[in-house]
Amino acid sequence: MSVQAVPGAGVKAHPTPVPLTAKDLKIVDRLAGLNILVGVLALSIGALLGVFQGLEHAKVLNIYPWLNPVIKTYYQGLTLHGALNAVVWTTFFICGFFTFSFVRSIDRPLKYPWMSTVAFIVMVVGLVTAAVPMLTNNASVLYTFYPPMLADWSFYVGLVLLVVGSWIVGYSMYFTYYAWRKENPDARAPFIALAATITMAMWQLATLGVAAEILFQLLPNALAPVLGYPAPGLDVLLNRTLFWWFGHPLVYFWLLPAYVSWYAMLPAQTNGKMFSEPLARLVFWLFLLFSTPVGFHHQYADPGIPEIWKYIHMIFTMGVGFPSLITAFTVVASLEIGARARGGKGYLRWIGRLNWGDPSYAAQNLAMILFIFGGIGGLINASYNVNMAVHNTMWVPGHFHLTVGSASTLTFFGIAYWLVPKLTGHKLFTKWLALAQAWTWFFGMLFFSNAYHTLGLLFSVPRRTMLGEAPYYSSAWNPQMMESVLGLTLLSISATLFFAIMLFTLILPRKLDKEIAMPVAQPLDPKPAPKWLDTWWPWLNGAIALVILSYGPMLYQLIRDAEFWSKGIRVW
Amino acid sequence: MSDQSHETEHHSAGGEQDSMTVHEENSIHVEKWEGIWIRIAVGMTVVFIAAITIAALSFGISVPGATARVNPATLNEPGSPFANPGIRELAPGKYEVYMVAQTWNFVPDRLEVPQGSEVTFYLTSRDVTHGIKLAGTNVNMMALPGQVSTLKATFDEAGTFNYICHEYCGYVAGAPIGHHTMYGQLTVLPADGTSETAQVTE
Repeated sequence: MSVQAVPGAGVKAHPTPVPLTAKDLKIVDRLAGLNILVGVLALSIGALLGVFQGLEHAKVLNIYPWLNPVIKTYYQGLTLHGALNAVVWTTFFICGFFTFSFVRSIDRPLKYPWMSTVAFIVMVVGLVTAAVPMLTNNASVLYTFYPPMLADWSFYVGLVLLVVGSWIVGYSMYFTYYAWRKENPDARAPFIALAATITMAMWQLATLGVAAEILFQLLPNALAPVLGYPAPGLDVLLNRTLFWWFGHPLVYFWLLPAYVSWYAMLPAQTNGKMFSEPLARLVFWLFLLFSTPVGFHHQYADPGIPEIWKYIHMIFTMGVGFPSLITAFTVVASLEIGARARGGKGYLRWIGRLNWGDPSYAAQNLAMILFIFGGIGGLINASYNVNMAVHNTMWVPGHFHLTVGSASTLTFFGIAYWLVPKLTGHKLFTKWLALAQAWTWFFGMLFFSNAYHTLGLLFSVPRRTMLGEAPYYSSAWNPQMMESVLGLTLLSISATLFFAIMLFTLILPRKLDKEIAMPVAQPLDPKPAPKWLDTWWPWLNGAIALVILSYGPMLYQLIRDAEFWSKGIRVW
Repeated sequence: MSDQSHETEHHSAGGEQDSMTVHEENSIHVEKWEGIWIRIAVGMTVVFIAAITIAALSFGISVPGATARVNPATLNEPGSPFANPGIRELAPGKYEVYMVAQTWNFVPDRLEVPQGSEVTFYLTSRDVTHGIKLAGTNVNMMALPGQVSTLKATFDEAGTFNYICHEYCGYVAGAPIGHHTMYGQLTVLPADGTSETAQVTE
């Protein structure tokens, strides 16, 4: 059991590494599979509701009278669309994907496997608790739930449980990481394990804001009528500020798992290598630092926050664009190595030699291309005064359907094309359908998001609005509305294909010919990263310090001057 | 990027298969084109920030700041600037508009100003969160209960412009009004005095 360590001056005995067994992997894989299953089911409902919204916007079909009493209004559907797609699908998929890939990367069993199981149960209980009020039209407050609109208390309890469950997924990873570190004091943490753990740490820091909002403001108000005490009231601006502390790092929680795959898995799927492994680590640490002190760029149009604070957050927001700019170079270089290894030549002709025939590869590469536009749009949104031209217009859904709806979602589809066969032991049903799925998503999203961006920029068409019924609907919007319906048609085909592929891969007993292993790209330069890129305290403390500096003074002022004038209202 | 490296001696727990001194690099090796790209990325970020700063300081293209607070329950009380929402002329060509956003309309929902007017908007909400965007302008702000939002705009182009609520503010199934019917219209009257209807733009 013990190492032949000689206790002596300056030399500490460390625990023996624990080998990873098939039994350990079985627990991990079952949890990963269950998480992904819940995520895909949520997306199937969320995506369908999205199609209904798009058709309503373009006055093609107002289906809502027929959906009654299941879905009472457009806005109830919109609440479900946002919550199921942007929160449930992403969070469950990410927790499943990370549990799977973290354990394999760190090559050690989970320290406390029961913790990951408890996490999943808590998340599912949370999902059900929040789904009931959403499905019964008792929480049609959209997924940003801006007060003083107040949903049924169970909506907030469900959200808290969902988030706490995802925290526990992270805790299970932290304990395992810590145990591994004790056993391997001098080794560098494997990249995937490190990047996944950084992402979960960032999520922990980010969700504190919304946790404070729900626990100290929304729940006490929502529970007041139930428990029969006077409602304490709400300060709307304070709530918005706490929400956006969480609301923007949320988008990095969607994005970073995709980056894990792009950096460390995708090159291996096209015969490439990780171009610059230490730099990739630096990118993740920069995201830990800069993801959170940026929330005021969602509140540029809010009163009550001095312009200087908006300006400071603008600078941090531009700063958080920087690691993405590095990613653009490093990931493409990693893929180029693969394309050249596959016989690719020329300045750009090598692109044709990438592994386009593999749907898992193709989906993720297409996701990256859409993210170029998503990233540029993001810089525009972050640009303080330029934001005034597009804030809360259709430009914004146009933007985030390229980011969470493509960069993340299409990448997760690509990951599912190797991970789901791996987890089920069944062959993918089928390669050609999956390729068609990826390309229809790509073109569908191009048309759809281009149309929505244009509607917002040229015509100031508002977002989150049942446009087909709006008295200000203008025939000038028709070309873009037609373009969006074209995109929507392709997206509907694509989504149907995805769910069919998942279903038939799961139920058809077509056994795999050979075992699937998680793709792991090897670094081009085998020299390990310097130790400061594997050391937590400066980055973690730096991230906490930046949050305190960027939010502390303003939050102090907002809390000191809080006026709980608003009472919860139900306006739906 | 630099060549600096220092020597660290590593003793592994068991003693030593090789007694070699490990050279540990503290710097990241950055490949040439990667280094160039990183510099470009830093440069782009700096240029973007500079451009935004110049636009804010020199051209006064700005965002709402901290103006004033107002209790939404007291909007109707005499003495409240929002007791009589509407437009007031401060000086020739200078106006102020006090506006209340509420479920589901703006008060006032019709405004007229002469071409070339400078208008300062003061906006608050009586109930839930609303938003306003005046089509074709940079007047775009949230209306929050408890806060006053302020922006200034100059209207050089004649015509009729919609101001639309762009934050979801509720809707009851089957009702004739809701968030999507909440809007108003601002008419900029041409300076030469011709009929406004002739100038209406869609």
